Amino acid sequence: MGAGAVLGPRATGRWPRRVAALVTVTGAVVVLIPFAWMLSTSLKPESEVFRTPIEWVPTSPRFENYAEATTLVPFWRYLLNSVIVVVPVAIGTVVSSSAAAYAFARMRAPGLRWLFFLVLAAIMLPGEVTLVPTFLLFNSLGWVGTYLPLIVPAWLGGGAFNIFLLRQYFLTIPPEQDEAARLDGHGFGSILLRVVIPQSWPAISVVAAFEFVHTWNDFLGPLVYLTHQDQYTLPVGLSFFKDLYNTQWAHLMAASVLALLPAIIVFFLAQRAFTEGIVLTGRRG
Amino acid sequence: MNAARKEALIAYGFLSPWGIGFLGLTAGPMVASLILSFTDYNLLDAAGTDWVGLTNYRRALTEDPLAWQALRVTTYYAVLAVGLDLAGGLALAFLLNTGVRAIGVLRTVYYLPAAISGVAVSLLWLWIFQPDSGLANAILRLVGLPGVRWVYSTEWVIPAFVLMSVWGVGRSAFIYLAILQRIPTNLYEAAAVDGAGPVRRFARLTLPLVTPAILLNLVLGVIGRFQIFTEGFVISQGGPANASLFYVLYLYRNAFDYFRVGYASALAWTLFTILLALTLAVFWTSPRWVYYDADPRRG
Repeated sequence: MGAGAVLGPRATGRWPRRVAALVTVTGAVVVLIPFAWMLSTSLKPESEVFRTPIEWVPTSPRFENYAEATTLVPFWRYLLNSVIVVVPVAIGTVVSSSAAAYAFARMRAPGLRWLFFLVLAAIMLPGEVTLVPTFLLFNSLGWVGTYLPLIVPAWLGGGAFNIFLLRQYFLTIPPEQDEAARLDGHGFGSILLRVVIPQSWPAISVVAAFEFVHTWNDFLGPLVYLTHQDQYTLPVGLSFFKDLYNTQWAHLMAASVLALLPAIIVFFLAQRAFTEGIVLTGRRG
Repeated sequence: MNAARKEALIAYGFLSPWGIGFLGLTAGPMVASLILSFTDYNLLDAAGTDWVGLTNYRRALTEDPLAWQALRVTTYYAVLAVGLDLAGGLALAFLLNTGVRAIGVLRTVYYLPAAISGVAVSLLWLWIFQPDSGLANAILRLVGLPGVRWVYSTEWVIPAFVLMSVWGVGRSAFIYLAILQRIPTNLYEAAAVDGAGPVRRFARLTLPLVTPAILLNLVLGVIGRFQIFTEGFVISQGGPANASLFYVLYLYRNAFDYFRVGYASALAWTLFTILLALTLAVFWTSPRWVYYDADPRRG
């Protein structure tokens, strides 16, 4: 622990600061190395992939790997399936969690506090406890083998954590604005749409971005509920790819890069929301 | 109808989607899972289901060596991963708090691994851990150490998963950093005037002020790590010789490969009980080590 770490920024000397900068920048490079390795492998001909010592830059980058990766398995079909799931999940999450959060933040009704306690309790609940009975429920509804078990839950509350996060944010909006809108004759739904949501975009984009990336990467849900190969979302499709071509690392890495790209793009776009959201809430991805 | 009653009805209306979800997808399945755990319900023979009392729990806790193996390797993984996450996250946060420049770029880079975990990242690490041509052993050889067989060795498979989790340490570092940045410098100046050296200032001032964040990361970290599934499923399928048979993977296999729904439910409730007990224990001891008066305005 350098003296700077103990003293806080203002009292930090030049040398501890330089050491800290060196260590943190080196750490960031180390974090990026696996990505560089992934990219490097994805552009190599299979003959160069296993070469040691490692060559970081392929002698002649082979972009065909990407085209081939998308035809070895029906990649674009998987991507489309992922989009079919992710879009309604993100929308449903935002709609249903902001409705619930608004009720908890602004309305008065008997038992509301008690219900909010249930929301908090549900945050701590490990999802695996409900996995099997939920499967039996969707199975008895005839929904297994459809996208419904992956999409419908998002419209039924949108996740306890998101309700909690949005409620905390809604509480920071001055209630006088609600009162003014109410005097103008607006109902609760109209106030939510016209007053609360327009001022809550930072929190709503956190919820939407988290949910997008989380659902995009989700594996267990699609693994359990999707039964036909042509329904697979990208994560299930990728694991299927691996089972079929488990030594074709260049193609596997090319497919992985393509699969990660949408999540990385959303992460960069919503980066501020993401990192501030995590800092505000401590949510783990 | 009076206004208060109308407001209450509207509130319940806004909450009804959540209410249906809570009853149908959380509370209901919890109860169903508990009931199923006392039966021998099998997906292939639902009609022949019998009430078996505590048999499933007795089997999980005393007769099934794989259940213990699953609990053991998952605990081993969770303790190492959460411990390193707490220590590494704090150390990184202290370094970042010294006024390092370009903090925005660093934040993006360090947070990236945590944002994109899943199958693609698991495949990347499976490739990194290949004994002959993977990156991990290439680096070991570079510094003159012999390579290990990582996810193909009973000894190294859990450390490999831990290493992979350490890659995402930046996430907790930034939680700690947010708290460190709220500590007013005048607290340190006052302590320095009082003659407290750097070590004392760290032990008596910095550490107590970050304990609430440590508590949060500890509780969420333990719950999260105990639920590791995707990485295990993709990278090692529980192997070699069940050395990475993570608990949820074993639960999944019982339910969806062996169709033993009753037994899987007992495993699920056992996990739930363990995590609940751990969480309560952490909160129970927290008054002794968590400093809750961290509000800088009062400092």
